[in-house]
Amino acid sequence: MSFAHFCRRVVRGHSASGAVFCGLALISLTPVCPDVRAQQEPPYFVTYSSVLEEPGNLEIENQNIAAGPKNANGFFAPTVEFEYGVTAWWTAEAYLQGQATDHDSTIFTGFRFESRFRPLPREYWINPVLYVEYEDVNKADKSFLEITGNSSFTDLQVPSAALRKEVERSIEGKLILSSNVKGWNLSENIIAEKAVNEAEAWEFGYALAAARPLSLKGSSRPCTFCRQNMDAGAELFGGLGTRYNFGLGQTEQYAGPALAFNTPKGITYKFSPEFGLNDNSVAVLWRFGVSYEIQQFRDLFRRSK
Amino acid sequence: MRGGRWMGAALLAASAICFAKADGAWMKKVPQSDRARANPYAGRADAIAAGRNLFLNNCAECHGENAQGKGGRPNLTSARLRIATDGEVAWLIKNGNLYKGMPSWGGLPEQERWQIVAYLRSLNPQGTEAGHTGGQQ
Repeated sequence: MSFAHFCRRVVRGHSASGAVFCGLALISLTPVCPDVRAQQEPPYFVTYSSVLEEPGNLEIENQNIAAGPKNANGFFAPTVEFEYGVTAWWTAEAYLQGQATDHDSTIFTGFRFESRFRPLPREYWINPVLYVEYEDVNKADKSFLEITGNSSFTDLQVPSAALRKEVERSIEGKLILSSNVKGWNLSENIIAEKAVNEAEAWEFGYALAAARPLSLKGSSRPCTFCRQNMDAGAELFGGLGTRYNFGLGQTEQYAGPALAFNTPKGITYKFSPEFGLNDNSVAVLWRFGVSYEIQQFRDLFRRSK
Repeated sequence: MRGGRWMGAALLAASAICFAKADGAWMKKVPQSDRARANPYAGRADAIAAGRNLFLNNCAECHGENAQGKGGRPNLTSARLRIATDGEVAWLIKNGNLYKGMPSWGGLPEQERWQIVAYLRSLNPQGTEAGHTGGQQ
């Protein structure tokens, strides 16, 4: 099912809220003002690298996921992400999440706040980044921003109205390890999550990724479709069970290629089909993201520019 | 009167030297092996042009389109850049100066970082006088 087709169906079924969600998904396709591209960031959707937001910059990203799971209704889940570079070693982010399910409802599912810190002042062979997050998300969320604990796609068969009543507030920590070797970025995330409003065990997950620009050298002429503006890579991520049931059993696992295109207008487009690797996983998750970086956003609030 | 003017100039120069010394602390952190590295693209016109494009895309937001600094952020057409080796500048771009506001650009491919160094060197030929004032990297 294409994105446009899905939006048409959602909007037809739930005119106001469906329009809002598809509008959110499309709004960042429209450049507000011309700017420059952000070339450092790898094309990952789930895995974090050691690249932080440049201090003072605000990146607004809309990342969407669509899927048609077996024996469950198709869904579309947009996430809007605001990422701000507080300092060169600290990036803060806020996420707003929602989802629209075919033959079901369109709902806001929650929010999350996170911060990433670079504890070491220099580049090393492996660069660690510490990630802490607080999330307030109901069980109807289908954003797949990360996978932790034991889960199965059969959870998607439950109507959103029943799932949204259960809200999980949790803290999450990630150890992000990232290396840059001969143009390649290699990143590994180890994830631990604990619900603070429920008596649930610690849940674990992981994400691995590798990517590289299609050209390692810059072009001497300004260009849009040159290889240096495109990145390609792959991601692998999934759950690792809980403290009492650690391992790959009863977990969702996904892998797939990831592509990104940085335009001269400061907009980055990302795309990734992620394929389920076991019987607990959805066959394919289609991801599409658009981000726009407002350069030196904080200068707008400074007296002397 | 004339003595007062000289005194003022001396004080200004002294404060500028102190400021520059404090601001250029990053140069002392550069390992000798990095300091001695040569730019494989040194002096190549295509690399300088590519470096300028990369600079405009990645660096101009803070350092200005003409590299003379912006909003109090460092001027890259400075005496310090003229005395710095290509290896030192490449080290700074790769590692950043995180506690002074300069992010790490280790995520850019090394070739692109050297192209940026080639462009900055074209603005700051070694052995010439500093032509601009303001904060220095």
